Amino acid sequence: MKEMAVILFSAILVNNFVLSKFLGICPFLGVSKRVDSAVGMSVAVIFVMLTATAATYPIYTYILEPKGLGYLQTLVFILVIAAFVQLVEFVLRKYVKPLYNALGVYLPLITTNCAILGVTILNIDSGYTFAQSLVNALGGGLGFMLAMVLFAGVRRRMESCEVFKPFEGLPITLIAASMVSISFMGFGGVVEGLFK
Amino acid sequence: MDKKTSPGYLSVFFNGILKENPTLCLVLGTCPTLAITTMAKNAIGMGLATLFVLLGSNIVISLIKRLIPPSVRIPCYIVIIAGFVTIVSQLMQAFVPELYKELGLYLALIAVNCIILGRAEVFASKNKVVASVFDALGMGLGFTLALFIMASIREILGAGTWFGIKLTAGLFEPIAIFARPAGGFFVFGCLIAAVNLILAKKGRKVKKSVGCAGSCEGCTGCAGVQKGEE
Repeated sequence: MKEMAVILFSAILVNNFVLSKFLGICPFLGVSKRVDSAVGMSVAVIFVMLTATAATYPIYTYILEPKGLGYLQTLVFILVIAAFVQLVEFVLRKYVKPLYNALGVYLPLITTNCAILGVTILNIDSGYTFAQSLVNALGGGLGFMLAMVLFAGVRRRMESCEVFKPFEGLPITLIAASMVSISFMGFGGVVEGLFK
Repeated sequence: MDKKTSPGYLSVFFNGILKENPTLCLVLGTCPTLAITTMAKNAIGMGLATLFVLLGSNIVISLIKRLIPPSVRIPCYIVIIAGFVTIVSQLMQAFVPELYKELGLYLALIAVNCIILGRAEVFASKNKVVASVFDALGMGLGFTLALFIMASIREILGAGTWFGIKLTAGLFEPIAIFARPAGGFFVFGCLIAAVNLILAKKGRKVKKSVGCAGSCEGCTGCAGVQKGEE
């Protein structure tokens, strides 16, 4: 149990996907203009991360690995994710209309979100068990959400500021992201200390 | 980007390096740009690996563009791109194992780099093979160049070295923050601001919200198409 907690919290805080691994920067910069869209996108990401991990882990462990096809990992995973996102979209649209209305716009974006492919590959590379992989995916997703929501707040404040002309738009956003990233550096070592 | 690129191949080539530099002007493929630019050597390796994948996928896609039904083209492109990514990572594992280890996860993530899917969609699927080759070379070199500039800044400031050669001669401490993720965001922001400044000085209008719109369109562009096709 302690081990799971360590994985979860290091994925959320220390190894935050966006701020320390640079995965999923496009949605981080693109969809973080408003808090509610940031939350919507993050929920979709958490959902797909979990389900994609649940789908790719058995495929790798029981099909690719025993047959010596480990090198097809990237190809297979991305296809699984792409197919999966489509499937999720269909199912949600048919059966869970309110959720589809809330997340619909963000789902297609997720196929090209490198955080999803990243988490599935990282789980395999780190040699996690199935349960650990799921926990890591959940932590990664929650960390993504935390970064998105915090940053959406920062950005709202920034909108009303007047900045030096060439820095308008993206550059100042990146600099703000750098500040948020510095604040997350403060979490280094916290998790290990917390569960000693 | 949407302009018809009928003029000479050279202009297509330089377009990718300067005017539409995928990283600094279109702001695509930000993840590898930020992640692996702590060392100039890694940046070159990543840039060339991306160039190879881009070249391969552009050639194949422009060759078979008539065979791919429009409704399933995105999955087809992804498979072709992921195939080339697999080839390049196998080659790198065999010949430059050190670099392979350093780039690690990000090598596999070339498959979801928006630059490649973006070029497939915008250029290779509409142009002839030779033009696509030049486009891939220009875009790939532009990407490599941007990575290289950024990695040089970060390596020199953050580690006091360049290509592993020590520059500070022990006179002062390198500013370690530049090698950390926070420094990546910072340097990238400053670089884009510098590009904006140069463009503004040259009298060209600085595109408003170039980044977010650009990066979303890049990512959404590919994904958005997928949505529309149902």
